[in-house]
Parts: sequence; C-alpha cells; structure tokens
Amino acid sequence: MYAFDYHRPATLKEALSLVAKQEDAKIVAGGHTLIPTMKQRLAAPGHLIDLGRIPDLVGIERTPRAVTIGAMTTHGAVAESADVKEAIPALSELAALIGDPAVRHRGTIGGSVANNDPSADYPAACLALGATIITSKRRIPAEEYFRGLFETALEDGEIVTGVSFPIPHKAAYEKFRNPASRYALVGVFVAKRPSDIRVAVTGAGSNGVFRWAEAEEALAKRFSAKSLDGLKAPADDLIGDLHADAEYRAHLIGVMARRAVQAATER
Amino acid sequence: MTASGIGAPVRRKEDQRFITGKGRYVDDFNRPGQAHAYFLRSPHAHATIRSIDAAAARAMPGVLGVFTGEDLAADKVGNLICGWMIHSKDGSPMKAGPHPALAQGKVRYVGDHVAVVVAESLAKARDAAEAITVEYDLLPAVVETAKAQGAATAVHEVAPDNVVFNWHLGDKGAVDSAFARAKHVTTLDLVNNRLVPNPIEPRAAIGEYDEAEEQFTLYTTSQNPHVARLVLSAFIGIAPENKLRVVAPDVGGGFGSKIFIYAEETVCVWAAKKVGRPVKWTSDRTEAFLADAHGRDHVTHAEMALDENGRILGLRVHTVANLGAYLSTFASSVPTYLYAPLLSGQYNIPAIYCEVDGVYTNTAPVDAYRGAGRPEATFVIERLVEVAARQTGQDPARFRRRNYIKSFPHQTPVIMNYDVGDYGASLDKALEAADYKHFPKRRRESARRGKLRGIGFSSYIEACGIAPSQAVGALGAGVGLWESAEVRVNPTGSIEVLTGSHSHGQGHETTFAQLVADRLGVPIESVNIVHGDTDKVQFGMGTYGSRSGAVGMSAIAKALDKVIAKGRKVAAYALEAGEGDIEFKDGRFSVAGTDRSLAFGEVALQAYIAHKFTGAELEPGLKEGAFYDPTNFTFPAGMHICELEVDPDTGHVTIERFTAVDDFGTIINPMIVEGQVHGGIAQGVGQALFEGAVYDAEGQLVTASFMDYRMPRAADLPSFEVGMTVTPCPSNPLGIKGCGEAGAIAAPAAVMNALTDALGHENIAMPATPLAVWRAAQRARQPQPIAAE
Repeated sequence: MYAFDYHRPATLKEALSLVAKQEDAKIVAGGHTLIPTMKQRLAAPGHLIDLGRIPDLVGIERTPRAVTIGAMTTHGAVAESADVKEAIPALSELAALIGDPAVRHRGTIGGSVANNDPSADYPAACLALGATIITSKRRIPAEEYFRGLFETALEDGEIVTGVSFPIPHKAAYEKFRNPASRYALVGVFVAKRPSDIRVAVTGAGSNGVFRWAEAEEALAKRFSAKSLDGLKAPADDLIGDLHADAEYRAHLIGVMARRAVQAATER
Repeated sequence: MTASGIGAPVRRKEDQRFITGKGRYVDDFNRPGQAHAYFLRSPHAHATIRSIDAAAARAMPGVLGVFTGEDLAADKVGNLICGWMIHSKDGSPMKAGPHPALAQGKVRYVGDHVAVVVAESLAKARDAAEAITVEYDLLPAVVETAKAQGAATAVHEVAPDNVVFNWHLGDKGAVDSAFARAKHVTTLDLVNNRLVPNPIEPRAAIGEYDEAEEQFTLYTTSQNPHVARLVLSAFIGIAPENKLRVVAPDVGGGFGSKIFIYAEETVCVWAAKKVGRPVKWTSDRTEAFLADAHGRDHVTHAEMALDENGRILGLRVHTVANLGAYLSTFASSVPTYLYAPLLSGQYNIPAIYCEVDGVYTNTAPVDAYRGAGRPEATFVIERLVEVAARQTGQDPARFRRRNYIKSFPHQTPVIMNYDVGDYGASLDKALEAADYKHFPKRRRESARRGKLRGIGFSSYIEACGIAPSQAVGALGAGVGLWESAEVRVNPTGSIEVLTGSHSHGQGHETTFAQLVADRLGVPIESVNIVHGDTDKVQFGMGTYGSRSGAVGMSAIAKALDKVIAKGRKVAAYALEAGEGDIEFKDGRFSVAGTDRSLAFGEVALQAYIAHKFTGAELEPGLKEGAFYDPTNFTFPAGMHICELEVDPDTGHVTIERFTAVDDFGTIINPMIVEGQVHGGIAQGVGQALFEGAVYDAEGQLVTASFMDYRMPRAADLPSFEVGMTVTPCPSNPLGIKGCGEAGAIAAPAAVMNALTDALGHENIAMPATPLAVWRAAQRARQPQPIAAE
C-alpha cells in the first residue's frame, strides 16, 4: 500500500466537498474491493474518503411499494432485516449468499453497486426488480445505471446514497458459485413484478449484468420453470475463464433461471 | 491404558495456546534493531538478466542495502542444494543446474528471486524495490510437463533436453513377459495435478548476527531446523555449525513445504551480517503461491496385465515428473524412491517396471507435499485396479481382495519388504461401515432425483518412518534418517524431553508426553517436550513422511529405557538392595518381594543428591540420550471408500459419505490420529475435486490467489466415518506405523473412482471441477463408447 490521506466525514455534504476538492480521491465504503487492490499496489489514491461514519447513509426503510436501503447498509444487515425478509425475501437471501460472514458485516450495498463487479450479486437484483439507484445528485433507474464491466452512470464526485427496490409479487435468486472465489459464476434473479417479468443474469456477461429477454418472453406467457425448457441462453458475450467457459456459463444460466422460477413459484 | 498413557484420547496440551492466540510463530518474534527484507521477484518465467540498476533504490530513505546474486557470489555464498542423488538408467548422475539464492544471469520462473532490499520498514523496502530497474531479454518458457522433454529451449545448460534424469526401477524383462501372457490389459493415462501447499502460516525468517560472538541465529518456519543448519553451514557456507543457531518455534502447518531450505531464509541470515541488523522477511500469500515448493505434477501412462482369473500379472508405468525450474532440497527423491517402490500397493504383483523422467520447466520448484510420491503411486495403482475390475466385469472390492497380499513378510518386486498387515480386515470393516450392501438402493434413490451416485475404493499403502539410514544412503540420500532424543529428569522428578522431531500441527507435545507418562508412571503435566531449537536439541532429522511417531518416539522410548535402567541402579543404592532385585512398575522402584519402594521422583532426587553412592560407584544425575535408526520402513495401510452424488445439470459434486479404515499399528492418541486422518482426507478430496495450480503458456501462474485456487472447505465434506484395525509394526519398539499422510494418499483415488463410477467414465482428470464434471456428465447422457480422455 502506498501512503494516502484518510478522511472520515460525518455528513454527506462534507464527503461531497472533500471529493470535489481532491483530484485523486477515492471513496471507500466497506472496502472489500478497494483495500485489497490498494494493498496489492494496484490502486494508489492520494485521498481515501470513508463513508463509514455518515449515519444518514445507513438503514432500511419499507413503504407499501418499495424497500429502500441506505448505501452504507451492510450485506449482513440486509440479510437479517425482518422488513426485507417479509417484503422481498429473495433480496434477503441474495445478501446472505454474498461472501462469508466477515465480508457480509463489512461490505455494503452502495459499495457493490458503485463498483459494479461483473460477478457481484446485487446488480442482478437491481436490474430484475427494477430498482432505482439514488445518488447525491439524482435518481437513476437500474436499466440506465449499469453500463458495463465496472462501469456505471455515476459521474465524477457523485456518491450513491441508497437503492430503492419496488416490491415484486414473487422473486427468487439462484447462484452457482465460482468454486474458488465464491463470487457468482452465474447468478440469476427472477422477478414477477406487477407490470412484467424480469430475468437478470450476473457473473456471466462480458459487459456485466444483463437481462435475458428470451426467458422473460417465455415466462410472460406462463410463469413456470417448464416455460424455460429447451431455452438456451446465448453463449456469445459471455465470460470464459479457468472456471467456466462461455458454453458452460450459458448452460448454467438456463439451469439457474429454471431453479429460480421454481423457487419463486413455490413461495 | 491410563488416563493419559498410550491409547488415551488426551486433549492436546498445545491447543490452549494456539486457540487463544498465544502461539509464538516466527512473525511474532521481533528482534532489537530489526530491519525488513523485500524480495524483488521475476515477473517473467524465463529471461536473461541483461542488467540490474539499483542505484536509485539504494539512495532511497530508510534503505540499508540492496543485494543481488553478484553480491552473494562475491561473498562465496553457496547455491541451494538437492540432497538426494538420483542416477539415470545409463548410470549417469542427475543433471542439477545451479540454484543460487538470488538469480545470477537468468531467471527461471515467475517469482524467482532477482534482488533483495533491506530497509527500515517493509513499506520502504517495497518502495525501493520498485525503483530497481531490471533489463530482461525474454526467452521462451517451458511450461507443460509432458512437453518439456526435448523442448526447443533448455531451462538449464546442464540439461539441454530438460531431462534431469531418466530413472527406472524393476525388471523390464519380467514385466514384458507378464504382458505377453496377459489375458487382459488395462491402460490409463493419468495426470497427477500440481498442488500449492498453502499452510495457514506463510513462510518467514529472521536472520541475526552477533558480532561479538561471531554467531548467527536464524528463526525460520522449518519442519527440520537441524537439517536447515547443516545445509546452511556445510553447503551454503553461511557459518560453521557451531556458529549458527536455527530456531523453528511454533510453525503453522507445513505439509512438506517447510522441509526445504529456501532462498529467502538463506538471504536473510546472510544479509544480517551485511547490514549489521537483524533482517526479517514474512511471505505474503502471493509469494507463497509463487515460490513455495509445489507438490505432485506427474503425467503417467500406466498398464496392468491380468490373467484369465482376474489376477494381476504385471504393472508397467511410465511417468514424467515436473521438477520445476530448480531442484528443491528433496525434489529428486519424491518421484523416484518415494514413488515407484509403492506401486505394488496392497497387491501381490509378480512383476513391476517403472520409468520416471524428471524434467525441468519454467515453473516453481516441485518437492514433497503431504504423502510425497505415495499419493501419486496410490493414484496410479488404485485407478488401474478399479478400471481393470470394471473392464473385466468384477466387483471392485472382490477384485481387490483376490489380489491382496495375504502372507507376510512380503517382498515386492520394487524394493519394499512389507512386514505385516491384514488388508482383508480393513476391507471388511470398511465395507460394513460404508454400508456397501445397500449402495445400489441409494444409487436408485439418487437417480429418482435426477442425480448420479457413485462409489469408489482406495486400498492404499505407504512407506513411512523413513527410514533405515544405510538403506536410504544406498539409494542416494545425502543424510541418515534416524532420530534423536534426550530425556532430562529434574531433581524434583519433572521431565524435559528434547527431540529432533518438530511439531507443526501434529500434537507432539501431547503424544510424546503420553509416552513418557506411560513409561515412567508420572503425570503428563510434569513432562515438557522441547523441540525446534538447535541450541537446545543436539541434532535431529525433523518431521516429514509420517516419521515422528515411528522414529522420533522410538528414540524417546530408547532413552526412557536407559533412564529406567539408571533409575534402577540409583534405587538399588537408595533401598540398599541388589540391582537385580529392583522392579519398576507404575512409577515406583521397589525391592522384589518386599514393601520397600521409592517413587520415580524420589529416585530422581536420590540421583541428584548422590548421598547413597560414591562417584566411583555411579555417576550422579539422571539424563539419558538415544539415537534410533529404524530397521525397516513402516507400512501403514487401509481402505478408504468414497460415495458421492453428481448433479448432472451443474456438475456439482456432493460427497455423501467417506469411510476410512486405517491400520496405523499401535495408536498413542486416537483423537489426534483421527484428526490427522480428517485433515489428510480433506487435502485428498481437495486434490481430486478442487485444487490445481495452472500456469499459462507464458509461464504465468493463473491460480496465484484464493480467488482462483480453490481450497477445500469444511462445508465441502461430510462427517467422516473413521475406523481402525491394528497390526502392530514389528520393526520398532512401540509398534507404531505413522498416520500423518494416509488421508492425502488414499482419498484422491477413492474420490475419482467414485466419480467415474457415477458418470460411467473410465477417466476424468483431477481436479474434477464443476466444469469438467458437467462436460463428462453431458457425454455420459449421450450413448457412446466409453473412452479414456
């Protein structure tokens, strides 16, 4: 790790002014991506702005139509939240599948969506549920927010403050873990929403999280795992690596999607 | 059996300090004035070093020194050595290329040591290392085991075809004639995957130099500190043995990887004198992946000849063993004398012939890893036996039983003389424990859920307690493989036992104390086990190859016999009786046929106050030492059975049951032995399903972190069914055979036999990752002839 200045603002306003002032500043939330990268000397920000002591960024709020989670809420808190369990059990289960207990008690939803790792779990939930990413400047629909590998719609100096998830009729998340890292090798989030059905896939796409249109169409006709029989996810634009080539990932998308639909219908 | 004697499941004495964070590992030591070392490592697998410019680094704040291979050469620091000479078929000695602690002219693997920076802090050392400019001329990398031989590029000039040795063992003519008469021949091509050891504690070293005494001290993560001192002194030339102390305190796992004498510890102890400060280095996990000696990495073609009755007639094996870029300390012995002599397994095989080509590649050095050669041999023979049984339509358990060795001693055609065993008993017990009878029912039940269930056996044997020094000397070992012990009885009757064995997770502080408590009739609490410091323990060969029970404890037993003999003399004077009338039982010396007796502690006091005898009659004191040299290898053996279920939709494998029935001879502490079996099985399952070091075509280690290298986890494993059978080892005084490696030796074949059973394939490569299993399951779904991959 190279030397850097550490800042711990008490308010969002203070954080924003620090970010605006320092050219080579990095925002740190739970630090589970940035800190290891810094330790390996692959990232070298001059200033680290820690959002960990801004109380306004933590918490879960439930209204009749949505669950809104503050950016600095940990995966563990989401997994344990009675409100999330009741309103969107699939989201609570997703949070419980992230990493291990140590990761879940440091890592945050804001950090996850700001980083947009192609193997992260939350982006699948955001896209399938039609979430809104709330920032210091605006509200961005998930559709427009995730832009590719580690790419988002965030502008310089813009900070994610929360994520709002509309409550679906039914939803489920199925994840096949990378055997080594335990990130999603393929994760499929299926949501039956009041207006439509969405199937979002993480871990597999060369450009990050994406929606599987053919599956959505098939499920729109009938929301049943059987509707996906024989349907193959396209293997182009999928990640191929040591653990899974594109063909295997394409196959797993189908398996995980069917299992997710099955789990959702059994709720 | 007493509450703490031989056979008692005594809780480990050392665990209190380990689980409360009070263990003292090398990195916990901080010496006054200590500086920190950072190694600049090669980013290239193979390159000539055109120049190293360290001027800028030397000028940086807090930098005490930057050293390269030139500095080591100028100081006449010797190269690292390989301590086992192997001769090729034609009688020529193995071709060992130079192995300098810091590269001289060339780098040969990613992670090779280019330079060291010593600075006031690790961060400063690392900053300075980034300021070193190295100009490399890249050379093509030799990476693949099977393609190394005769590759266009040579890793070392001494071995232009990259072959270190072409070694063989056995009678080729006898094997050829066995195959000529065979009714059936089973053939398999097998890869024994390369593993990264990954002990929880990474390697570390602190070198220190006391100018007043001209005395060096090295704190290091070693399984054998005396061997480290011997090599550093006699071969590398750091200092004479009497001027070098090596301390290996608590060590957090080794699995073989801490047997070897590495570049980093050599450089730290040398640099301590150069900079006049203690020099510390602690490996980070990436360095451990890149530069700890790896394990296994064999490519094998194996054939088994059978007669019309399903009896094994002969075995023919050709193995290419990847030794990496340099010969590590015992690298040459692992794929030769620790491998081929075990190819007979538990079977009566009249003729065996094995050829091994040891090759250089531009990868990390490969050396002993838990089991060391024996897992590779077991994998070959047990995969062959399983497939041969299937091909000839026989039940694999019955096929094994038919071919088991049934009378002992048994001389195999490949050196080993098995002293004792009862393989049928292990098989019976394991079949019962695994409920083999009802396996077909469980398989049908799995099939109803769309899952594929398989069962696989592994009848392993290993040679432990290595070994008779004369025998290993004749086979090329540079050292003897005895062990030493010293028992120091204090005047108050408490006891220190100094042992040349080294504990790094095995629980010696408990089991060794149990032996003493048992023999002397004293409480286990009054016994301290001292190890890991060359200033305390005179000499010892260390811990590896499951030898500390069979050899280390035998040395202690021998020293205890001497203590008791001396105690008898002291007691005779103290009790005013003839020495021949003194009996020793349950911790008391008594005069036969009387009620006159003294407790062990009272006799100890008499030995030290020396009031009852003159110096002319008897030496005061009670301290005895012994060296124990085994008369044979020991042969632990057993039967492991794996039952697993495959999800053909995803390739996910669930191990449903794992049964291990082992014959370790006499058992000192069954709880610790079970723990050793559990850990070994976990590592064996890891090799079969999860772990594999992968280099790309340029020689970059793709699996250089836990993000890509998949370790076994507790949740991957069922609760093991562990059972024992006992045939005491006749060649040592305690009847011990050794248990540390059994699981890692037996499990890979058991798992792969189960997996291939589930999938209806003869061959699937390790590690059988979900991707590989899914592919195999896809093929299994399509009706087609079964073919080896």
